[in-house]
Amino acid sequence: MDGLDWGTVADAAAAVFLVCGAFLAFAAGVGVVRFPDLLARMHAATKPQVLGLILVLIALGLRLRSWEIVGTLFLIMVFQLLTSPVAAHMVGRAGYRTGKVRTDLLVLDELTADQDDAEQAAGSESSRPADERDARGEDVTGRPGT
Amino acid sequence: MFWVFLGCGILLAIGATCAIVRAERGPSMLDRTVALDVFTTTLVGAIALEAAWSRRTETIPILVVLSLVGFVGSVTIARFASTEPEGEKRIRTHEEVAQEDAARLAEEEAERIANPPTAGPPSTDSEHLGATPDGEVR
Repeated sequence: MDGLDWGTVADAAAAVFLVCGAFLAFAAGVGVVRFPDLLARMHAATKPQVLGLILVLIALGLRLRSWEIVGTLFLIMVFQLLTSPVAAHMVGRAGYRTGKVRTDLLVLDELTADQDDAEQAAGSESSRPADERDARGEDVTGRPGT
Repeated sequence: MFWVFLGCGILLAIGATCAIVRAERGPSMLDRTVALDVFTTTLVGAIALEAAWSRRTETIPILVVLSLVGFVGSVTIARFASTEPEGEKRIRTHEEVAQEDAARLAEEEAERIANPPTAGPPSTDSEHLGATPDGEVR
């Protein structure tokens, strides 16, 4: 193993990771422009947010080769994994409720069916007297919880 | 090694440009939010790429901050997203805005003449005071 320089190996691996991460960012850009509706664009946008960022940070760690920096990079990864699902959940929920989702493009739409079932169940419940439902601790308005 | 970094930079630049294009086109506020999220992530990638190229560590706190606060904008916009009327998806010209304002003022004036204001409790509903506006996402 004498002829092998580990710095060169790490740099080569970093180059591979960097190219993969940059390609994911490129693919996300193309997908965000070309995909037809909000959910498809969100699908494309998620790729560099998680996997692309992880690849680029691994490459950066391989380039810098210091344990303190690796700790910071790990922290960046954890923050991104904590925050990007929150944003995606909020955007998807708002998109569904304001009618940005094209149902003709969906293969399976379980949320609408479940919501219709819940509304029907709430409608049949509201035929009972209100104080009876109140005693059972239910919402008197009969609305499904938001 | 230089060519690898140049290629990565070009890929990131194309991705960021596409995200900006989508942010400009819309058509809804949420699409723009998603596009700007992609732009932020590409920016993180570009800063990391530069740090990897010059082996410097001063810019790494920027990555921490961006990964922490990058989601605040999209969460805020998504929280206050509402159904947009059909005509308001594009920016109107000054003439159109002036025309609509004039029409609305004339309508209000006619209504004020038709039923003069009566003494009574002021209606709080018109400005959604204490109530939620139509179409707001809860």
